Amino acid sequence: MFRDETPSKNQAVERLRLILVHDRAKVSTGLLEQLRGEIINAISKYVEIEEENIEIELNATESKAELVANIPVVKVRRAVE
Amino acid sequence: MIVVTSGKGGVGKTTTVANIGTGLALRHKKVVMIDADIGLRNLDVVMGLENRIIYDLVDVAEKTCRSVHKALIKDKRLSNLFLLPAAQTRNKDAISPEQMVAIVDELKEEFDYILVDCPAGIERGFDNAVAAATEAIVVTTPEVSAVRDADRIIGLLQDKEIYDPVLILNRLRPDMVRKGDMMDVDDINDILAIKLLGIVPDDEEIIISTNKGEPAVLNNHSKAGEAFRNIVRRMEGEEVPFMSVNGEPGLFGRFLKLLNGK
Repeated sequence: MFRDETPSKNQAVERLRLILVHDRAKVSTGLLEQLRGEIINAISKYVEIEEENIEIELNATESKAELVANIPVVKVRRAVE
Repeated sequence: MIVVTSGKGGVGKTTTVANIGTGLALRHKKVVMIDADIGLRNLDVVMGLENRIIYDLVDVAEKTCRSVHKALIKDKRLSNLFLLPAAQTRNKDAISPEQMVAIVDELKEEFDYILVDCPAGIERGFDNAVAAATEAIVVTTPEVSAVRDADRIIGLLQDKEIYDPVLILNRLRPDMVRKGDMMDVDDINDILAIKLLGIVPDDEEIIISTNKGEPAVLNNHSKAGEAFRNIVRRMEGEEVPFMSVNGEPGLFGRFLKLLNGK
């Protein structure tokens, strides 16, 4: 009742959330590949990119999971295709 | 044919199979329980039938015994409940998924329910147990490791084209949930997002009933037994409200609405 720390179940939920982000992304074959394809399609409408040098990673730290995409841009299009 | 699985060991698969099987038989269904945990058989002990085993699953697969019926052990309490025990001295490779399918095919004409107790893990034993399954019950406890493994198993079941597994949350401790030291049903439903079949409270009676070899579902004073009776009723299509474990009647009502709204 007088504990100042967060209840331990909140930690359990938060840890599980992060663990499963990773587990599911790794296990589900093709998920990241498919995501990569769709990102390329979406971005290519606006900018010309070096497709072969794109890096897409799922990173997790103690407190958060993030999708990091490094997409080298060749040029910005004048008008949206 | 329903497979009872979990990924992680020690979360209560065997106890669940014994109680659901017995519970369905109490409702006059003809039930056979198959122990697919070759090498580490336990369902016979939980059922109190360990002294009656003559033939086992591997004998049936290898046709050492003339028919699958020769290996079926009739329960000592209910005449419409049967056990097909696992072999104790062999390993998971002793049978193949195809043999499992053939055995289940032979049994399914005759039985209303075929329940398979799946071994822990995701290797051959899992493949065998799931091979003939049309439905799956995933058992988990409210712990990070068990829920993580349950999530993995749900993914693997999808790969085997079992898309709608249902969940039993086992060994819930209302006192710990109230203190915020245990994940509750809502937390786990959020994470796993599959339909809930039942919540089984942690109950000393389970240990006592395993000591005796009598499933808790037969005991009218056991909280876990009551939970298993409710699970069986839901399997039979009845709508039974979920047991209130934290003294807030509204919580499970809301949860039910959530489920029905799906």
